[in-house]
Amino acid sequence: MKDYADLLLLLVAVSNLYIVATSRLNSCVRASAIQGAALALLPLVLWTSGFNVQLFHLAVICAGTLAIKAIVIPILVSRAIREANVRREVDPSVSLHSSVLLAGLLMGISFWMSTVLVLPRPAPTMLLVPVAFATLLTGFLVLISRRQAITHVIGYLLIENGVFIFGQTLAREVPFAVELGILLDLLVGIFVMGIAINHISREFDHIDTELLSTLKD
Amino acid sequence: MLGWIGLSIALLIASALGAAVAFRADRSSLAIGTTGSILACVIGAAASISALVSGLEQSFLAGWPLPIGQIHLGLDSLSAFFLTCIFVISGLVTVYGAGYLQAYIGKRRLAPALTFFNLRVAAMVALVIARDGIFFLVAWEIMSFASFFLVTFENEREDVRRAGMTYLIASQLGVAFLFAMFALLGHNAGSFDFDQFTAGVTPSASLAGICFLLAVVGFGTKAGFWPVHIWLPDAHPAAPSHVSALMSGVMIKMGIYGLLRTLMFLGNPPAWWGTLLVGIGIITGIAGVLHALAQHDLKRLLAYHSVENIGIIALGMGIGLLGQSHRNTTVAFLGYAGALLHVLNHGLFKSLLFEGAGSIVHATGTRDIESLGGLYRRMPITGLTFLVGSVAICGLPPLNGFVSEWLVYVGAFQGGADLPVSWGATAIAAIPALALIGALAAACFVKAFGVVFLGEARTSVVTNAHEAGGTMRWPMIITALLCAAIGIWPTGAVQLVAPAAQLLSRSAPPVEALGSLTAITRVATMLAGLILVLAIVRKVLLRGREVSQAPTWGCGYALPTPRMQYSAASFVEPLLRPFMALIPTRIRRDGPNGFFPFKATYEEHLGDAAGERVLAPASRAFIQALSRVRIIQQGRVQLYLVYIAATLVILLVWQLAGVTGR
Repeated sequence: MKDYADLLLLLVAVSNLYIVATSRLNSCVRASAIQGAALALLPLVLWTSGFNVQLFHLAVICAGTLAIKAIVIPILVSRAIREANVRREVDPSVSLHSSVLLAGLLMGISFWMSTVLVLPRPAPTMLLVPVAFATLLTGFLVLISRRQAITHVIGYLLIENGVFIFGQTLAREVPFAVELGILLDLLVGIFVMGIAINHISREFDHIDTELLSTLKD
Repeated sequence: MLGWIGLSIALLIASALGAAVAFRADRSSLAIGTTGSILACVIGAAASISALVSGLEQSFLAGWPLPIGQIHLGLDSLSAFFLTCIFVISGLVTVYGAGYLQAYIGKRRLAPALTFFNLRVAAMVALVIARDGIFFLVAWEIMSFASFFLVTFENEREDVRRAGMTYLIASQLGVAFLFAMFALLGHNAGSFDFDQFTAGVTPSASLAGICFLLAVVGFGTKAGFWPVHIWLPDAHPAAPSHVSALMSGVMIKMGIYGLLRTLMFLGNPPAWWGTLLVGIGIITGIAGVLHALAQHDLKRLLAYHSVENIGIIALGMGIGLLGQSHRNTTVAFLGYAGALLHVLNHGLFKSLLFEGAGSIVHATGTRDIESLGGLYRRMPITGLTFLVGSVAICGLPPLNGFVSEWLVYVGAFQGGADLPVSWGATAIAAIPALALIGALAAACFVKAFGVVFLGEARTSVVTNAHEAGGTMRWPMIITALLCAAIGIWPTGAVQLVAPAAQLLSRSAPPVEALGSLTAITRVATMLAGLILVLAIVRKVLLRGREVSQAPTWGCGYALPTPRMQYSAASFVEPLLRPFMALIPTRIRRDGPNGFFPFKATYEEHLGDAAGERVLAPASRAFIQALSRVRIIQQGRVQLYLVYIAATLVILLVWQLAGVTGR
């Protein structure tokens, strides 16, 4: 089953790059949905072999992740895109090419970090830790280099995904209930953001976060 | 004894709350606040004087419902001395305040003035008996905030609000230094308990030096060291007179108390501490009295004299430190005793003078010296007590100011004789400075008393003036008598400060050097007797003769007017001229122009050198330096995220690289 796990992790890594490289918002959302689905399967393929974790818990976490990350959040975000009438293109402050290059660089850093990071217990697969770091850092990259509020939502989602993947190394220590709690937080956060974006766009006719700087003291 | 003092704190707080609860009924809140405060002061004064005389040392520990330790209260001779000052002066000022506030009944709510007055006295008492850094700072802050609300009593006036803000900013900036100092000391000792500061690890020389500097700035802001005194001349005129009396008489001395208490934690002082304090004392004293000369607002003038007297106290402390660092017990004792006695003396005569100024404001409605004149005939008691206060503050016998300045003088001479040349020179430098301060102060009070009380009325505000009521008169009379008593019987007064000075200098009183005090008694008695004899002779000579009043001879000029008298400004002009470079002056002159001049105006504004030439440029430079840091504050979410991500990556790389390196 390890091979499948690596396959899923590779899918996550590729979707990271795709999110950074694409110029269309809808593709971003779709890629993040695919990434969510891959993450939902990840615990299943990781822990059904060898380790003895109760299957019920696993089923709950997988179903929850699948429902929220692969279905609910993408729907919410695309609805926000539709209703807020935003431009359908990402509005990067760093060009797409350099974004991809940067994402590659971040992935390199992640691989280096995974070689020196001492874990309490060896990770189930070689790719797990670097992909976790890469997803997290890519999330930051998206947050930093994109101007629209919608892309911020995706950035936060990526960060959360990174944390989720990293959490798999400690699956025994962190009860799945905590994981579910985080998931719920995320959902609520996205809800709030969606509503806020709606309101902001209704009020100001745009949701360009750069213009928030007029609010500083 | 600590129990009685606790009782008086409780009484003060209870009466403060009572006055606050009865805020709708001004008369009853006045009655509650005043009664509580007087009772508390009587009990507290009795307890602290008996503790002082018996040399009692007590301490009290109680649990504190916070994780920072215990409440630790204590009583030693230093605390007992300051408690005596607080209770005696606060009691007298409370009585005066009860009379002074009568005028406000019906015009504004009195409750804030009473509540915060009692709260402030309670905070000062708590501060003096605190033996724990946290409790000390809490009491300190309560004292500062209560004073803020007292200063802004008449808050509908713009200048009052401004003065209040200046005071608040200064006191909060000052306390920041104290936080730093207590944090350092607490970190060193592992506890905020004062006993641990002294018993535990002695601070290293550099730590002690840093703590000393922090204490000088932090406590000096409250006391009014130059150049951080600038809140004093603003806050005192803005506050009601009994509040300024207490503020100048007692509250600013809490800065001196704090500094003395801190010195007890810091081990043996190096000589440069003494030099620094002597230097601060010289600058503060001379700057204070020079700016006082330039003032025409009576209460502002008195506020600058507080600065001057704090300078004298700092001189005494500096000489004490110099003596202590060279193990010269005589010099150390004389310096500390002079400083402490001056704390008491200044508390007495300055509260007396502010009360006098309050009576004048009460009677005429103005603080402007230039519009007064000839008040002595209308307010003889105020005039006489103000004269006593003036003579006392100039340091002239037979009054109390002379005694404490004498001790400082003797200490300085002894220091000059006994200490190694380079440090003795510092002590010697204090002598001409003290003499200059005394002479300028005398000139200043000749001006203040002469222009306000003597001569003819300059404006019509004086014509309706009346003597202050009994509740205002008696505290002034009693304070004046206390001033005279200390001046005539200095041996007794020195006995009050001897235990505390002994504690600070760690030495017994030098019998030989104090022998001169009996000579002071002799001279003072002779002087007082001479004055009495002259008064009797005058009375005898005038008996049976007709006494008539006539205008002063105008040198044959036919149409004299009161405006031809010396004004305060014209009187001090020749005195100030050599010092004009030190006082920033703005003069606006318009005319007289042309062959047929019609209108001419002349305006002169004398500022404060410390504020305009030191603090303002310093704070501008500081803010400019700090505004460079604001570049990181761009208001863009993306940029803040960059900071977070960069921090994260750098920390990860640094930590992980550290792991591989190992």
